[in-house]
Amino acid sequence: MTARTIHFTLNGAPVTADIKPHHNLVELLQTHFGLTGARESCGQGLCGCCTVLVDGRAVSGCLFLAVRIDGTEVVTIEGLDAGGKLNPMQEAFVETGAFQCGYCTPGFILMANQLLDAHPDPDDDQIRHYLSGNLCRCAAYPQIIDAVKLAAKKRKTIAA
Amino acid sequence: MRPFLYEKAADAAEAVHFFAQRAQAKYLGGGTNLVDLMRENIERPEIVIDVTGLSREIRDVDDGGLVIDAGTKNTTVASHRTVRERYPVLAQAILAGASAQIRNMATVGGNLMQRTRCYYFYDDAARCNKRERGKGCDAIEGFNRIHAILGASSHCVATHPSDMCVALAALDAIVYLEGPQGARHLRLVDLHRLPGDTPDIETELRAGELITAVEIPALPFAIRSTYRKVRDRSSYAFALVSVAAALDVDDKGNVRDVRLALGGVAHKPWRATAAEQALRGAPASEENFRRAAEAELKDAVGLAGNAFKIELAKRVIVNTLQKLAMESGAGS
Ligand SMILES: Cc1cc2nc3c(=O)[nH]c(=O)nc-3n(C[C@H](O)[C@H](O)[C@H](O)COP(=O)(O)OP(=O)(O)OC[C@H]3O[C@@H](n4cnc5c(N)ncnc54)[C@H](O)[C@@H]3O)c2cc1C
Ligand code: FES
Ligand code: FES
Repeated sequence: MTARTIHFTLNGAPVTADIKPHHNLVELLQTHFGLTGARESCGQGLCGCCTVLVDGRAVSGCLFLAVRIDGTEVVTIEGLDAGGKLNPMQEAFVETGAFQCGYCTPGFILMANQLLDAHPDPDDDQIRHYLSGNLCRCAAYPQIIDAVKLAAKKRKTIAA
Repeated sequence: MRPFLYEKAADAAEAVHFFAQRAQAKYLGGGTNLVDLMRENIERPEIVIDVTGLSREIRDVDDGGLVIDAGTKNTTVASHRTVRERYPVLAQAILAGASAQIRNMATVGGNLMQRTRCYYFYDDAARCNKRERGKGCDAIEGFNRIHAILGASSHCVATHPSDMCVALAALDAIVYLEGPQGARHLRLVDLHRLPGDTPDIETELRAGELITAVEIPALPFAIRSTYRKVRDRSSYAFALVSVAAALDVDDKGNVRDVRLALGGVAHKPWRATAAEQALRGAPASEENFRRAAEAELKDAVGLAGNAFKIELAKRVIVNTLQKLAMESGAGS
């Protein structure tokens, strides 16, 4: 099937790629741009490892056809540390040790940021529910919850 | 994934036109179900027609109802103010399903048309009459915890997995269609079929028909409505049994009106008409709720792995109605 050219914004920069309809967003990011933060694990929408923000909303890259990226704004985990400084959520994950192998971490961080955008002060239940589409095989869940709470504090300090 | 053609439709007419170009065509909403099934090699379209470029508004209609365009994202519907205020059961049902990422992608049209989560349907090494008519059904003698207890047949015991559709069934939603032969509409409860001996035919849609919108008629007492979903873990699992309910109790404590639908129990979202009939005019008491639940589940048939769902469904019905009755100041 013929390739088509798509234009979009990737972590702030305008970019172009030639892709085929059966390629997904993870393949687009990895093979055309060398970005491996969004990675495929289940390939079924279950685990959240492939989470990417498209026009500000988290989606599962493994089920997202790359052709549909044309004209959108895409942000990946690689786009969060603007100007070389970690995002408060990234800092909080480091400080609480909210990972072991780190495979799930990009997805969790992107999703946790979305959570705080919607609920700046979430309780444990809200955190668990909102992050239920992200799985951590190392089971760092208690630390992940700590990290989200710490990031909520950090964001408030920055805003104040 | 095997290669396919992709077209993005600008409007319904164009979508229908693209569909007619190939023998194996599929409309594409968010892709959360279709792309998954294409990756599993269960769906094999030659062409995929993206219909997310169509209008995706939510608008009020004059009589107090609401029209939701088919391309509207599930997240948008669940967070819409009018939906939350007038039809809380719908917002709750959507939020009870999938994950935030999936709801951000999924559309209303795709949610209506999503296919069963039966393990044997997903496994192309298993026998499944849905995939190949006449092959047999491995679920009937297999793992059937998530399978049907109502309206099933000896050919298929799969369930329709949608939470949103259960709420829409309770709310008397209407589905608008556009197809090669023009536009028409159906009641949501008439959209999905029971399996019979053709479980591969899942809905009343004709070839090439596109869902363009869903209308929810005015139902003032739905401000007191709720969705209760019972599953194997408290988040991110399909329903074993779910109940969508709205209850209107008069000042004497009698049921003036009621809407009740069940999920996880049948090949379609199951409108509980027998229970509703048993309840109208009767005192809103636990005893009557139980009687209504018994009436609805009268013909239920359990399989080795799911017979427990018959009693479970009854209890969830009673419990959900009790809660609504309590909130309206009636009940016991
Ligand atoms: C991990 C996971 C967990 C999930 N958990 C739940 C859950 O707990 N509860 C629940 O209810 N759902 C759940 N879902 C299912 C989810 O709700 C559906 O996948 C989603 O609603 C489908 O919408 P979509 O727009 O992505 O559809 P698509 O995948 O794009 O399409 C699905 C089907 O609908 C057809 N279609 C799409 N739009 C139209 C249209 N306008 N007219 C006619 N046909 C159309 C397509 O051709 C296809 O056959 C889950 C999904 C995943 C991946
Ligand atoms: S790889 Fe996409 S959700 Fe698991
Ligand atoms: S840290 Fe290993 S999967 Fe989460």
